[in-house]
Amino acid sequence: MSAPRDLIEALESLEAGTLTASELVDDALGRIEAHDGEIGALLALDAEGARERARTIDEKRKSGETLGRLAGIPFTLKDNFVTKGLPTTAASKMLEGYRAPFSATLAEKLEAEGAILLGKANLDEFAMGSSTERSAAHPTRNPWDRSRVPGGSSGGSAAAVAAGYGYFSVGSDTGGSLRQPAAFCGLNTLKPTVGVFSRYGLIQLAPSLDQPGPLTRSVRDLQLLTEVMRGHDPLDSWSSKRELAPARDIQGLRVGILKPALERVEHEPIRDAHDAVLETLRAHGAEIVEIEIPHANIALPTYHAIVAAECSSGMARYDGVRYGKRVSKDELFEMMEATRAQGFGEEVKRRILFGAYLLMEENVERFVQGARRARTLIRRDFDAAFERCDLFVTPTTATPAFELDNRGDDPLAMYLSDYFTLPASLAGMPAVSTPMGVDADGLPLGIQLVGAPFTEATLLRVAAAIEEKHGILDRLPALNGGIG
Amino acid sequence: MTRYEPVIGLEVHAQLLTETKLFCGCSVAYGAEPNTQLCPTCLGLPGSVPRLNRRAVELAIRVGLALGCEIHRDTAFSRKHYFYPDLASNYQNSQFEPPVIGRGELCIEVDGVERRIGITRAHLEEDAAKNIHGAGGGLYTVVDYNRGGQPLLEIVSEPDLRSAEEAELYLRKLREILIFAGVNDGNLEEGSFRCDANVSIRPVGQEKFGTRVELKNINSFRFVRRAIEFEIARQEAVLASGGALVQETRTWNENVGQTISMREKESAQDYRYFESPELPRIEIDDEMIERARAQLPELPDAIRARFIEELGLTPYDAGVLTSHPGIARYFDAVASGMKADAKLGKRIANFIQSEVLRDTQIAGLDAKFPVTPEALIELLSMVEARTINLNLAKQVFHEMVASGKSAAAIVEEKGLGGGVDEAALEAEVLKVIEKNPSQVEQYRGGKAAVFGFFVGQVMRATRGQADPQLVQALLRKHLDG
Ligand SMILES: [Zn+2]
Repeated sequence: MSAPRDLIEALESLEAGTLTASELVDDALGRIEAHDGEIGALLALDAEGARERARTIDEKRKSGETLGRLAGIPFTLKDNFVTKGLPTTAASKMLEGYRAPFSATLAEKLEAEGAILLGKANLDEFAMGSSTERSAAHPTRNPWDRSRVPGGSSGGSAAAVAAGYGYFSVGSDTGGSLRQPAAFCGLNTLKPTVGVFSRYGLIQLAPSLDQPGPLTRSVRDLQLLTEVMRGHDPLDSWSSKRELAPARDIQGLRVGILKPALERVEHEPIRDAHDAVLETLRAHGAEIVEIEIPHANIALPTYHAIVAAECSSGMARYDGVRYGKRVSKDELFEMMEATRAQGFGEEVKRRILFGAYLLMEENVERFVQGARRARTLIRRDFDAAFERCDLFVTPTTATPAFELDNRGDDPLAMYLSDYFTLPASLAGMPAVSTPMGVDADGLPLGIQLVGAPFTEATLLRVAAAIEEKHGILDRLPALNGGIG
Repeated sequence: MTRYEPVIGLEVHAQLLTETKLFCGCSVAYGAEPNTQLCPTCLGLPGSVPRLNRRAVELAIRVGLALGCEIHRDTAFSRKHYFYPDLASNYQNSQFEPPVIGRGELCIEVDGVERRIGITRAHLEEDAAKNIHGAGGGLYTVVDYNRGGQPLLEIVSEPDLRSAEEAELYLRKLREILIFAGVNDGNLEEGSFRCDANVSIRPVGQEKFGTRVELKNINSFRFVRRAIEFEIARQEAVLASGGALVQETRTWNENVGQTISMREKESAQDYRYFESPELPRIEIDDEMIERARAQLPELPDAIRARFIEELGLTPYDAGVLTSHPGIARYFDAVASGMKADAKLGKRIANFIQSEVLRDTQIAGLDAKFPVTPEALIELLSMVEARTINLNLAKQVFHEMVASGKSAAAIVEEKGLGGGVDEAALEAEVLKVIEKNPSQVEQYRGGKAAVFGFFVGQVMRATRGQADPQLVQALLRKHLDG
């Protein structure tokens, strides 16, 4: 079988009958067997279940039954989405062996469309991290260069797609957890406007920031998945009934750039690639305008205060009483303490303690309310910026994928790797990351497109134009002898 | 000797009459098997998302209107954190500042004098699960999460109450308002209306409050009164003997008739309140308030005033007929159906109190009446039309209850209708006098008691259908004349 390049091509082959779902699944399982011992993208695998669902879909297709929009496409799910069929651990010892009694809305929706869940993808424990080295199970390696991280926290998802374990993965983004791994692994992703994709069944890190999104090989795959995944979910309080705005023409579009932020980028190939993208957009008739997000300089502390406060509170439920890990003790509070002491990893504990400190009666006004006010200022900056431009672009990350164990001892450096992605998270704006070439070491680079609420379709159209000129799909490990 | 004045404030937790819990679709019906009314959300499972039950907000607004409170248009839920298994997430979704309902007041009457008791606030929150201690032969505490997540409105009074009696009156009045407003079933035993009291004493004339004790577990009106009375006396005794009071939580133990210390207040617990990041803010617009106003039923004070002024009831009767919202509605339906004035209103009230209520079953907010208001209207209309008299009406009523037949059918069947006209009645009276000469002699000889004999004879002759007053008048005319 000649492997399809992207999801759309796979669907075409399935429809044309030149390929079966079983072949796609077998191909993905073969890659997993061959490479995942080293890459470590997955935490749970359902080979038998996937084969069986593929056979069912193939039979249905043969008998001419109407099939879903993703019928026969294998995919993976970040392990912070709960699933009835497979264990859900959020890469934490705290949820070792946990079987959720319900499935995330997105998981059900995708499976209802005929997508075939292969397994659950690795992440930093409870999505706290940006390298997937903080998984309690094992780190994940970048399929482009196995000495490097895939980014995080959706690193297992990104590595899985890059390595060809299926055609897409669904992950989550709190401050860049989809966009940064997409950049590091040469993929496309969308962190949507709040409410576009259901969050029911996504294990919370910081609910005021968490957003689900797909990771794909191509922009058109991302467009299709956006269409399939969006829609109102009555089970999610924040789910929106609003339609996405129609895509606008690039001709005449005002594209903003952030000059001062660019100056922070030391990696020259990133600056060069960014400039090349601007040339492409100009060639399509876009106008490049300089904009400012004056409060971007306080985004980092603001973000970390909000995440710490929300996660410190949200993680309180893991206590050994009802589900998950329990360290037996004679007395209730001793049991809870021991369970939490042994169940949580270092980064999780760090954030819980930091958050608990911020939430103390004497601190909450200054730090937590203060962070909320700062967030409002940042949102207003965005509103003002979108008076001057229709969308703006930045590099997704300041560096390409870094080496494993490189930043483990320096939490601050790790936190900094989210620098370009945080403001859009705080402001609640939709953001796309798409590849913009590779550097001299052959490492992928990503560019981020940020728009006003519900302008996802325009962002995707611009991303498609960038992909046409700067895309690196042919170099993707999944399509490349190196791994395939 | 120093004289002390008690200072009492009450916190009431009233379960709102919604069908489902505050943040999920689970039933709130009382008495289900433990841990059967659960879902991922009210168990706080990973990945679950709370979603606000708007009905609870509507009912809270209704309470705000009933108590004349401010209604805050933009409020939020806050998480109150403490580790204990009765909270599935180890935090409770509650409201901090501001609460949905702000200042208001409630009037009580103490020895005929009106007292206005301030309401500080009322806020929405989810109930905690129920811990059942001592299961498995005393080895375990088990938790029933059915109650977890049920919607509560915590109504906090100002420390304006000055005696156990006032506290009881306040509670009864508040409960009555909540029941009539249709927001709470007022069931203290089942815990849908729970009360904690903050009690302190201070020397009469002193401005500053004394050391406060929080009383818990006072789940009947009798306990409220006894617990507060005991607590006031205890505090006075401590101070009288030169001791000092400690700020603490005490619980009422009915068996020993005492309040017992549960725990001393440690350095005030920090609940790390902060606005819920996952629940949208509660925004209340004019339309919601107007809708709640339209849905707010008439409150008991207004109903009683109307019953007294328009329907001729005594304050006592008005009290009886507003002892339950169902009874008030029943009386109202009959009175308005018969277009009653003050005189008729009083007659209807008498019949309901003497006959109907005897066969009425009250269970919580439900009242099951022996006959419908329409059936009663038909019966009492026959009395008003003098088709049957009141005594007969009572018999017919019991027949209606027993057989389920209508008044008209029973009157028809037994040939009771038509009554007796005055001429025919006078003929009967004369006949009875003629037939009983010896009794006539006794009566005229001064034995007044024989009069009853004549009445009975005439009533029997007319098979009970005659108007007893007319019978008496005619007998007097012919016997005395
Ligand atoms: Zn529930």
